[in-house]
Amino acid sequence: MIRRSVSDLAKALAEKEISSLELTQLYLDRIARHNDALNAFVSVDAERSLEQAKAADALRAAGRAQALTGIPIAQKDIFCAKGWRTTCGSRMLDNFVSPYDATVIEHFNAAGAVILGKTNMDEFAMGSSNETSYFGTVKNPWDTQRVPGGSSGGSAAAVAARLTPAATGTDTGGSIRQPAAMCGLTGIKPTYGVVSRYGMIAFASSLDQGGPMAQSAEDCALLLNTMAGFDERDSTSLNRPNEDYSCALATDKGGRPLAGLRIGLPREFFGEGCSPEVMRLIEDAIAEYRKLGAETVEVSLPNMKLSVPAYYVIAPAEASSNLSRFDGVRYGYRAPEYADLNDMYCKTRAQGFGAEVKRRILIGTYVLSHGYYDAYYLQAQRIRRLVANDFVAAFRQCDVILGPTSPTTAFKLGEKAADPVQMYLSDIYTIAVNLAGLPGISVPCGFSTDGQTRLPTGLQLIGNYFDEARLLDVAHRYQQVTDWHTQCPPAFA
Amino acid sequence: MKHWEVVIGIETHVQLSTQSKIFSGSSTAFGADPNAQANAVDVALPGVLPVLNKGAVDCAIRFGLAVGGQIAPKSVFARKNYFYPDLPKGYQISQYELPVVVGGEVAIQVVQGDEAEEKTVHLTRAHLEEDAGKSLHEDFHGKTGIDLNRAGTPLLEIVTEPDMRSSAEAVAYARALHALVRWIGICDGNMQEGSFRCDANVSVRPVGQEEFGTRREIKNLNSFRFLQQAIDYEVQWQIAEIEDGRAIQQATVLFDPDTGETRAMRSKEDAHDYRYFPDPDLLPLIIDRDWVDRARAAMPELPAAKRQRFVDEFKLSAYDAATLTASLELAGYFEAALEDGGKTNAKACANWVMVELAARLNKDGLDISQSPVSPIQLGGLIARIADGTISNNIAKKVFEALWNGEGRTADEVIEKQGLKQITDSGAIEALIDGVLAANAAMVAEFRSGKEKAFNALVGQAMKAAKGKANPQQVNELLRKKLG
Repeated sequence: MIRRSVSDLAKALAEKEISSLELTQLYLDRIARHNDALNAFVSVDAERSLEQAKAADALRAAGRAQALTGIPIAQKDIFCAKGWRTTCGSRMLDNFVSPYDATVIEHFNAAGAVILGKTNMDEFAMGSSNETSYFGTVKNPWDTQRVPGGSSGGSAAAVAARLTPAATGTDTGGSIRQPAAMCGLTGIKPTYGVVSRYGMIAFASSLDQGGPMAQSAEDCALLLNTMAGFDERDSTSLNRPNEDYSCALATDKGGRPLAGLRIGLPREFFGEGCSPEVMRLIEDAIAEYRKLGAETVEVSLPNMKLSVPAYYVIAPAEASSNLSRFDGVRYGYRAPEYADLNDMYCKTRAQGFGAEVKRRILIGTYVLSHGYYDAYYLQAQRIRRLVANDFVAAFRQCDVILGPTSPTTAFKLGEKAADPVQMYLSDIYTIAVNLAGLPGISVPCGFSTDGQTRLPTGLQLIGNYFDEARLLDVAHRYQQVTDWHTQCPPAFA
Repeated sequence: MKHWEVVIGIETHVQLSTQSKIFSGSSTAFGADPNAQANAVDVALPGVLPVLNKGAVDCAIRFGLAVGGQIAPKSVFARKNYFYPDLPKGYQISQYELPVVVGGEVAIQVVQGDEAEEKTVHLTRAHLEEDAGKSLHEDFHGKTGIDLNRAGTPLLEIVTEPDMRSSAEAVAYARALHALVRWIGICDGNMQEGSFRCDANVSVRPVGQEEFGTRREIKNLNSFRFLQQAIDYEVQWQIAEIEDGRAIQQATVLFDPDTGETRAMRSKEDAHDYRYFPDPDLLPLIIDRDWVDRARAAMPELPAAKRQRFVDEFKLSAYDAATLTASLELAGYFEAALEDGGKTNAKACANWVMVELAARLNKDGLDISQSPVSPIQLGGLIARIADGTISNNIAKKVFEALWNGEGRTADEVIEKQGLKQITDSGAIEALIDGVLAANAAMVAEFRSGKEKAFNALVGQAMKAAKGKANPQQVNELLRKKLG
């Protein structure tokens, strides 16, 4: 049962092979057994989850079940869920129980899905290895000496170890795609504005976007159907008709389903900086795509190299302001002892935030300061436009862009923790996509046999604005002829 | 001793009369229990987002149209970052580089003695922003309470050029602006509740000097009197400092109404770096021509236009026209009264509204909108004066009766109390005959050349008529009879 995909589980539930209560209990048992080894979940509330499962079974009995009714789904602990402790991976919110539901949570609840628990993450989503969480490092199920990627590392590890059929993530600079690649999952970051940010604790508002993480593109499509949609509570949410992302995947297109598809290969993705092992697997995948009928064209994203520095101005700038609300006044952590108001602010924030969060608040405060704003923030915004324009030009020549998701497979715990710049560069292929607001998906494309253990690798497909359906389809066709995405870490099989 | 010129610019925070807050659905009503009107967005819970209230934008557009400013087709909300316990997000959403209204002007009249000088105050800009909450320092045993009911209340901050040259001009501007924002219905103007608050930037320079002196900003003046007192104190303080050889330091100061003095709150050195940047949670505010046109169509006639029309159409004096257009309510009352009183009786109507009605309202401490005598009732009364049914003196009686609810219309009061003027010359002659017979001595006095005696006889005749005889007819007939 636990090896099954969301769509298979939905069938099992529909055919009364299993109840939601049983299924939820099954996963809760797995969490109880394996979470100590992985630290993927921050909060589990069996009673609450089983209550939802019972309600889902009742809904089904009443004939009102939808696609995700009764499916347990792990929620990244960045989504506010009513009655659930919502920590965002920070001591600052260790004691915060949300009094309201994020729009994404509302959508899952309305669909009858079950919240299986809240998953660990880098503190305030700031990190690429899940080592900045106040609640401890998450381990990669393929090798527990290694990181799962970040910041949605808890969600990635949980899905990979089959502690949940699927999970949500958020992606500001690669936080869905990079951990998906490192844990062997499929994860999609939609076009900015497709998934509501209301109730999703903000890191960098102009870059943050929620999305699903699951075994397959098919499962991601199912989840995205529920997550996406216009929300008047989010002014950056896009008011456009809802799409059925599963629909396109169901059609049989024969032996060469991708005939006519032009895949752009940016020369900047295939140069230095990527491990040869990862590159070899990407080349294999490209060969597979040609067999499926796609043609490849070389494209160029000349400003991509500027995207990491631009990102590390814009994201910290927004974060420094977004995190100002954590001041110890109204909720969350407050230092136990302080002399006066200023001292309360200083001690609360010094004790409540971890080192990486403080580093980014300092950077952000600096780049927004009087006299530096033009040189840093405005300049970064100009670069952002250049990066976006590169993609616009590239999409005149191709339909999707393909390249690696991450330059390496999962690295060792602690390996890059001391060197922020090395850590930041692990998002080199994903960050430009957020700057441009485009959709991107990471798809498992093989295993690195380098060393003792098998480590998964992901390929990244980048689509034009609102091309989620096409991205999912392109990923799905590949997954129909490969089985990388169905493989399970041996220790958790 | 040198002669000094005072230079003043004013920033006004005008609280907009929207039902809900500028970025959340909470009510803006004044006086609720602390935090009863603070929802998840106002409290700045993790994950919440602002959504712009279009009603606040409507107010800004109305203001821009009223002052002849440019309505920016694109303006941008920015975050002003600073920490304070009653600022829940750690930043205030305001507008910085691109405000919603640019330019515009306000005409003011500065009265000095019998002279009234016209002057124009130019506006720099007006921008939308949210208010902060309140810190309550009493009743918490040494702790501070935070009330977020006011947090997120929409404000329009209106900034002038340094155009004013005296506290009198500053007050005249503040009054004109206050009247205008109430006139166009974007602010209730309640200064006690903080709906209209002024900051005054004050500097002095020797007469003839081109460049400005160093300014100090007096914060949060919530009455016209305080505005005047604060500026007057600040000006003499600055002059004394300079004349004593001390330079003025740029600073933010507070006015203490108890001592009548200003004192520095913070100097330029410890001024905040607010780290303004465009709020990524809000899209740029785009105002297209349609939106402006809709707002324009919904605008009332503006005070200046109405004033001019009163002069042209009703032949009122400039003074009367200005008095009657002091507020939209007063002007509305006057025009409604004219409907029944007749446009040709505009002058009489104006006098009644400005003199009798104003005095009576003042006596009972009432506002024009609370007048017990409706404009229709007053109009009816004026019509009866004009057609000779009653005299002006009797009209005062009728007015009092209407005020006390003793009749629904002037006609009803006149009828019920028998106040109709006697115009029948036969009846008046009979009255006069009686008076002449009863006052032979007076008649003799008159005949001996004492003109005063004539007036006494008129008085007797009017008394006999209980005031209802047409005074003109009484005069004429009496003179005829006395030969």
